[in-house]
Amino acid sequence: MTTTVKARILSVLLLLTALGIWELVTPSVSNAENMTEYELLMGGAADVARVPPPSAIFVKAFEELSNPIYDNGPNDKGIGIQIGYSLYRVLTGYFLAALIALPLGFLIGMSPLAYKALDPFIQVLRPISPLAWMPLALFIIQDSEASAIFVIFICSIWPMLINTAFGVAGVREDWVNVARTHELSSMRTAFTVILPAAAPTILTGMRISIGIAWLVIVAAEMLVGGTGIGYYVWNEWNNLDLTSVIFSILVIGVVGMLLDAMFAQVQSAVQYQE
Amino acid sequence: MNKKPLLSIQNLTTRYPSPDGGEPLTVFENANFDIEEGEFVCIIGHSGCGKSTIMNVLAGLATATSGAVIMDEKEVRGPSLDRGVVFQNYSLLPWMSALSNVIFGVRARFPKWNRKRIRDHAYKHLDMVGLGKGTEKRKPSQLSGGMRQRVSIARAFAIQPKLLLLDEPFGALDALTRGTIQDELIRVWSKTGQTVFMITHDVDEAILLADRILLMSNGPYATIAESVVIDIPRPRKRADIIHHEAYYPIRNHLVEFLTTRSETVAAEDKRSGELNRHPKTVRPGIIPKQAVTEQDNPTLQFTRDIPTYSLDNGAPI
Ligand SMILES: Nc1ncnc2c1ncn2[C@@H]1O[C@H](COP(=O)(O)OP(=O)(O)OP(=O)(O)O)[C@@H](O)[C@H]1O
Ligand SMILES: [Mg+2]
Repeated sequence: MTTTVKARILSVLLLLTALGIWELVTPSVSNAENMTEYELLMGGAADVARVPPPSAIFVKAFEELSNPIYDNGPNDKGIGIQIGYSLYRVLTGYFLAALIALPLGFLIGMSPLAYKALDPFIQVLRPISPLAWMPLALFIIQDSEASAIFVIFICSIWPMLINTAFGVAGVREDWVNVARTHELSSMRTAFTVILPAAAPTILTGMRISIGIAWLVIVAAEMLVGGTGIGYYVWNEWNNLDLTSVIFSILVIGVVGMLLDAMFAQVQSAVQYQE
Repeated sequence: MNKKPLLSIQNLTTRYPSPDGGEPLTVFENANFDIEEGEFVCIIGHSGCGKSTIMNVLAGLATATSGAVIMDEKEVRGPSLDRGVVFQNYSLLPWMSALSNVIFGVRARFPKWNRKRIRDHAYKHLDMVGLGKGTEKRKPSQLSGGMRQRVSIARAFAIQPKLLLLDEPFGALDALTRGTIQDELIRVWSKTGQTVFMITHDVDEAILLADRILLMSNGPYATIAESVVIDIPRPRKRADIIHHEAYYPIRNHLVEFLTTRSETVAAEDKRSGELNRHPKTVRPGIIPKQAVTEQDNPTLQFTRDIPTYSLDNGAPI
């Protein structure tokens, strides 16, 4: 048996154990008579508000996933639609950021002067929590949808910018010399030598960025409301539907994992060994 | 004689500013030498004497502090496809296959050629260095050190430069591999008649390959001290060459220079005030009676023209 197979089996066992314990420690709804008065006051009155057992979440997941795309007004949309909204915002903000970060990072990486001149701005802007921009964005843009996209834009720009600059600046001089001795134009050098040489580092930045963007979208949607998976979580919390809350947490995790896996795929495609 | 050399290095000086703002480091000063068309010239000197620095200036990748490099009666200012370079390491782009690396060069050199013609040309040159079907799709990291240098050499020959610059192309290889690739290099070179300027640490390699060996004194203030003509007829074979009567006189001369004189020659020059000079041409391989033997023995015919050299005053040797 290979290590991979063993690890997989162990993963499944761990999951089953955890789910089993969770299922066992979760008091079932039927024994409400045994509750203390305090418990009755806090949670017993509304069955839905207690932490649900895994079985309840499976049932919920099956319901939601068998009909992911429906729209019954603002407070009742299928999980597919909510994820779709979130992905749309993340990808729009992310690609706008890439559109600026990649060429700018390239320039910064190529020119030590530009690097020195822009570095203080990057250092100050980078540590700002993206959500801190939200009020300013709402005020200036006057549109909650665009503001959410702006927040994604601002949070995903830094890792891409910094990694691109770093990757481009670190391209081995011998490879640039190969381009020079072959009389390549600066454009051809940029695309045929520097870009592939820096691609693994650039992709690392893009991968970090998409991860951060997915983290931030949930918080941003809780703030702006209306649609999206973040809003969905918050809305279900307001409904005290913890089953849905836990289900959507899992969905957020899985979508994030898939996004990351996609970038990992691209990253391994541009990876090279010296 | 006196036709213009392909490459002429005139009073070349390179200084690096010292990091602490003190005296700059003078790597070499007033280096002078010529390279004729079709010649194979090796340069030997101790590590750190400035061989790679000279080569980078010849390639146009670096500018000298003063002096000039003239090629084809034009001053070298920046890199050009007329001068192909094989670097000490890292000549190949690691994200491309061996074939793509050669195609990269061919496409840069012949941008008007169509895809098929570029490919065929690349394959032809890979074949020439003994890398045929099967290995050409591999990335450099999947090739052995020897194969990698073969690809570099194939690419350099494929762009058909007027001058080929090789910076210790076999430095990192074991003796066996080195031998095979040397043979390949000779074969390719004798087919193309390419002008080659090569750096090496290896005295035997230099004697095997070169028409002429430039000896560089130790740095700082290194100079090109001597130009040693290798009077051994071609084609040369590694196994036979050591039996040639000129071999040991030449070899001893080189070794003697590297072990003792390379250190003192710069100081001697200073003392005698003999700056700005061309390297002294020496022919340790010419033993007086050999001139007769050469004419009488048809097997010792030179297969390539050995250019004639003159001293500074223009007198032929
Ligand atoms: N960029 C640089 N800045 C300062 N000094 C340098 C620089 N490059 C080289 N040198 C110095 O110039 C001298 C010559 O270096 P160079 O690389 O030309 O030597 P080399 O003869 O090629 O040595 P090797 O045989 O080991 O390759 C060395 O003393 C080195 O320290
Ligand atoms: Mg060197």
